[in-house]
Amino acid sequence: MSRAIVMYLHVHQPFRVRHYTIFDAGVNHDYFFSMPYEDRTSNEQILHKVAQKSYIPTNARLLELLNKYPEFRLSLSITGTVIEQLERWSPEALQSFKDLIATGRVEIVGETYHHSLAFFYNRDEFETQVKMHRDKVQEVFGQTPKVFRNTELSYNNDLAYWADKAGYKGILAEGWDPVLGWRSPNFVYRPTYTDNIRLLMKNYKLSDDIAFRFSDQNWSEWPLTADKFTHWLNSTDGGTNFNLFMDYETFGEHQWDDSGIFNFLYHLPEQWLKTPGNTFMTVSETIDAFEPQDKVDMPYTVTWADTERDLSAWLGNGMQQQAIHALYALHDKILATKDLGLIEDYRRLQTSDHFYYMCTKWFNDGDIHAYFSPYENPYDAFIAFMNAFHDVKFRLAEKGFEV
Amino acid sequence: MLGWELPPYNSGGLGVACYQLCKALSKKNIDIEFVLPYNHDKPVDFMKITAAYPQDVTAIKMSGIAYDSYKYTFVDGHEEYLNIHQQQALYEHAVAQLAKYGKYDVIHAHDWLTFRAALRARQHTNAPLIVHVHSVERDRAGGNDGNPYVREIESLGLHLADKIIAVSEHTKRCIMQDYGIPGDKIDVVHNSIDTEGLEPLDPTNAYHYLSAMKQQGYRVVSNIGRLTMQKNLPNLLYAAKEVVMRAPKTIFLIVGSGEQYFELIELAAKLGISQNVIFTGFQRGKNWRDAYAISDVFVMPSVSEPFGLTPLEAISYGTPAIISRQSGVSEVIRNCLKVDFWDVNEMANQITAVVQNDSLRDELHINSYREFEKLSWEDSAHKLWSIYDNHRVGATA
Repeated sequence: MSRAIVMYLHVHQPFRVRHYTIFDAGVNHDYFFSMPYEDRTSNEQILHKVAQKSYIPTNARLLELLNKYPEFRLSLSITGTVIEQLERWSPEALQSFKDLIATGRVEIVGETYHHSLAFFYNRDEFETQVKMHRDKVQEVFGQTPKVFRNTELSYNNDLAYWADKAGYKGILAEGWDPVLGWRSPNFVYRPTYTDNIRLLMKNYKLSDDIAFRFSDQNWSEWPLTADKFTHWLNSTDGGTNFNLFMDYETFGEHQWDDSGIFNFLYHLPEQWLKTPGNTFMTVSETIDAFEPQDKVDMPYTVTWADTERDLSAWLGNGMQQQAIHALYALHDKILATKDLGLIEDYRRLQTSDHFYYMCTKWFNDGDIHAYFSPYENPYDAFIAFMNAFHDVKFRLAEKGFEV
Repeated sequence: MLGWELPPYNSGGLGVACYQLCKALSKKNIDIEFVLPYNHDKPVDFMKITAAYPQDVTAIKMSGIAYDSYKYTFVDGHEEYLNIHQQQALYEHAVAQLAKYGKYDVIHAHDWLTFRAALRARQHTNAPLIVHVHSVERDRAGGNDGNPYVREIESLGLHLADKIIAVSEHTKRCIMQDYGIPGDKIDVVHNSIDTEGLEPLDPTNAYHYLSAMKQQGYRVVSNIGRLTMQKNLPNLLYAAKEVVMRAPKTIFLIVGSGEQYFELIELAAKLGISQNVIFTGFQRGKNWRDAYAISDVFVMPSVSEPFGLTPLEAISYGTPAIISRQSGVSEVIRNCLKVDFWDVNEMANQITAVVQNDSLRDELHINSYREFEKLSWEDSAHKLWSIYDNHRVGATA
């Protein structure tokens, strides 16, 4: 009986809204680009930094591992917004992703093009964005996603039902204890109310050991080595698949080079493959290889964020709710304009990161480390977003729509 | 401790800050003798208050604020009003006499008015001198150089002190820049607020007109304070014009008096926004509290504010704040909007956003109130206590 590490990395960058003021609204319709390069919100500068620190060095190691170990495999999800930014500002990093995928052993997972929460607000818009993403991935990487994940790994029974009907063979979710109960995340499951689709659930403990705790010197297990990590997996009773799901930027960006994260990644296959029967699988291969153990029921929405594992980081306060409701309320009118520039701006504003930057819960606790934001505070994020929203309304009004 | 005023006789934040700080320090078993330049007739039980009398003066009566003349009654019965410089000279003389006979571990002097006396006291006692800077002359002069005589006293006090305490990082930077003092000689002890000490609101607000207009969808933006150069109200009015153009249902409430009163009324008229700007003049008590309470957002656009208590008062009465970055209070409160005092457009941008989005106003307030509740003078006293401990007579450096 073989056991597999199922590594799945999520690649994403939003189009951050620049310091866009009430004096810009109605005058200048550029929300995402014309900031100075040094500005904290500069998408170009941030992409350059992440490409240098994370994408390029990580892909170099991943490619080396793929060449060295025939068993090595992984899965990636890569949003439309980051693909566009790579095309624009780092063709070198984009090529390095293409090189990985050309090995035939890297699977791309489907999602919304704009990394949005559209599933919860407008089903038509959601399906459009999923299709846009499928087309983009096909165009750039020549692959069609067979497994789906929704933004922030948000998941509920409705989503599984939708993905099943849409023909996906698998879907990804957080392996959250209240949902799993006594069950282990290290198996394949079947969502309730579905026929064919399979569910893979993140082993958050093992994933977070790498993604969050790796460089924490106060952690009792620090320093974490590939040897030690492999030992943990090998001594785990039962289970067929260890689902290590995390942000791609864990490598080199969230965990810096000097933490030893690249060495860890580089030595993981070597250590893991020492034990006969151990292997790596992509998400589709995992679903093909193992029978589902049980049904999993998730009537409410679970995400991979925070201790709450819900959507409160994006929709938890009044500003976030006002901003997202106001935006989706314009949906029909915006699409009716058939103005592609306006429609694309509307979609870029749907990216979940904008709402995340408005989150006050960590800001309030003074935990700035948990607060990845290009804005000084959540209120500035809200103000810039709402000014862009006012401009979208202005553009609608200009076209004769009542707003 | 050498101070120039204590509540209820105060011209601004200085007296209140001294009072609260001493109250919190006294809980740490520190014996404080607070030396004032006048007779303090309000009882205080947590420290000893001494009026610094020159030998031939029998009573000193404070009249008006710190910068007004005090009435001195002399032994021979004649009375004389002395200006602030004459007062300082007499205070210095009297403090020197006290210092000769008293025994003190530390001399702690508040602001330039007490510095000459403090230096003299140190000569006589050999106790270390800690000077506490609540504002520098540049703050009081609205960013200009100010009075050269005052600057000279400030400079002397700062250079000769053993330790300097600044009420904010902002003030620390001013001291370093204006007087060339090295940063490691200056510790920051932030002011705070007595969160229990503010009078509660009544159920009905005094501003009936504004309450009615709010029902009609208007929003109220306020500033409460002296109408003087340092407070930068012309920029608030320039921003107000931009706000009113975009959000016509906005009313600016300007509470206070000062030398810019007429100038500001004229400016509002010139900008064509007189209908949207209400000047109430100086208010106290209920009218003062209710002005905070009726507002949707409070703006403190000051050119330079060593600390700046008003945003905290606003938060306590239910109103979030937009705060000048050139202020000490902006170092203490995170959940507020911050703006450079010269940036009229950004000020307008922020005010517009708050008056157009109640969710922004409410979120700012909920979170800033949580921060407000955690503030306490105990923390300030604790820092001061360790500074005393490092400097008191006999301490090994």
